[in-house]
Amino acid sequence: MDRAAVIGIGITRIEANKVKETFADMVWEAVNKALSDAKMTIEDIDNVVTTSNDFWDGRTISCMAVGDASGARRKNVSCVEGDGTFGAFYGLSRVLSGSYGTTLVTAHSKGSESISSLITNAAFDPIYERALGMDMVSACALQARAYMHRTGTTPAQMAMVSVKNHGNAKHNPLSQLPMDITVQDVLESEMISDPLHKLDCSPVSDGCCAVIIANGKRATQYGGIPVWIKGVAFCADSYFIGDREISKAVALTKAAKNAFSMAGIADPVSEIDVAEVYDAFTYQELMWLEAMGLCEDGKAGINLEKGHYNIKGRLPVNPSGGLLSGHPVIAGGLIRIAEIVKQLRSDAGGYQVAGARKGIAHGVNGLCGQSHCVWVLTAA
Amino acid sequence: MTDIFADVEPMVFKSRINVPYAWWTGETAGAFLASLRDEKKIMGRRCLKCNKTYVPPRKVCPVCFEDCMEWVEVSPEGCLESFTIVRRQLASLSRKVPVVLGLVRLDGADTSVLHYVEAPDHHNIKIGMRLKAKFCEERKGTIHDIACFVPA
Repeated sequence: MDRAAVIGIGITRIEANKVKETFADMVWEAVNKALSDAKMTIEDIDNVVTTSNDFWDGRTISCMAVGDASGARRKNVSCVEGDGTFGAFYGLSRVLSGSYGTTLVTAHSKGSESISSLITNAAFDPIYERALGMDMVSACALQARAYMHRTGTTPAQMAMVSVKNHGNAKHNPLSQLPMDITVQDVLESEMISDPLHKLDCSPVSDGCCAVIIANGKRATQYGGIPVWIKGVAFCADSYFIGDREISKAVALTKAAKNAFSMAGIADPVSEIDVAEVYDAFTYQELMWLEAMGLCEDGKAGINLEKGHYNIKGRLPVNPSGGLLSGHPVIAGGLIRIAEIVKQLRSDAGGYQVAGARKGIAHGVNGLCGQSHCVWVLTAA
Repeated sequence: MTDIFADVEPMVFKSRINVPYAWWTGETAGAFLASLRDEKKIMGRRCLKCNKTYVPPRKVCPVCFEDCMEWVEVSPEGCLESFTIVRRQLASLSRKVPVVLGLVRLDGADTSVLHYVEAPDHHNIKIGMRLKAKFCEERKGTIHDIACFVPA
């Protein structure tokens, strides 16, 4: 792959309800943070990709509503419906095409303004499935049970993911839910959809993230610190969850393999220093680590107990606090990229992973992890 | 964002999107739903190339990317692949909780169907248990023509 880098990032505070901010307000804030971080002006942006979802936003062509706030007027602007990592993938492709030297990518959503259960229910096939009333939480609960059944992962191990990530969030000033909790607190929290307790689930959140991607030449032109993109891949599984091996993430395994291969990484376990993965639910952090080959299949829960995934562990996972500590849908994966950029620039403050040189960021779109996008980034 | 807005009343405009749809089911799903309604039969589609049987049926095999498929009837009985007991009254659920949703692999099928599972005691619901489809008396050609799956 030609050289390309992330040269600027901007994340809003993640909050339960940004009642005084519109979509455009959040995007404006994130974009200006990213431009300032990259030491650029909007004039330096060659093209824009916005990422949003019409159902979440409650309007069609939702991407265009944030065009002005993204500085996209009179520029080539395109849209992605899905997770921000997929928007960034498209933005990167545009840079690598040679047509653009820089791409600004944004991703936003406000979960507070609608009812998440009704939105995610609409992801099910309207003829065969939707009328049953399943939503993302209940679908993932079914996946969690299949994963626990196959691997022997325990509710207490899952709860430890929540304890770790909410604890990490105490060092992240942008996080929604920094908390000191115990395994018992998680296990005693409301059972929403068996086996998922309330504290096994990420919260409903509002937030936005912006990222600026540049080609090799432009990456070093403005004075910001580039973080190099070494490998990127995405892969989707079958649409119907009944068609898939629901306790495994076959598409993620393939995406990770391709991304590592592109980055020239032969042994990810020893080479990756830090990971930000899509922990929408506690079991997912464990399941995704195994699927990516960052851990032996079925052993993530045991490694977690040994402290391997703590900020000072062998492979720190979600040092920012992850999505369990704040989950603006759509922006979720782009925030994972931005958090890895912070780590590789040693900008992560209280949750900095010492000596992080290579990191992995991961985004998900679809029910029960239907599609996955994996990014391998390295420090300059 | 800035202090000058500190005293601004947070005005919220309440609205809803309410758009009726009438989706053409497609001939494959249409035939499947008609079989449920008229014959209480669960039909799948078998790919003549890879031999996989899809329930609910598909027009095209997603693995082979071929449309050489034939109709086959599958058993109304099968195995529970996984399940969840929904405890919170989610907005998407029209039934009163607790509601058990499961993936059922019917005998003769290579994929699983999503549906309700009903059992006298939730503690007895286990992955791998045998279930059978319970049809509604009055059927209208929807997925609700199967009321639920019950222990076989």
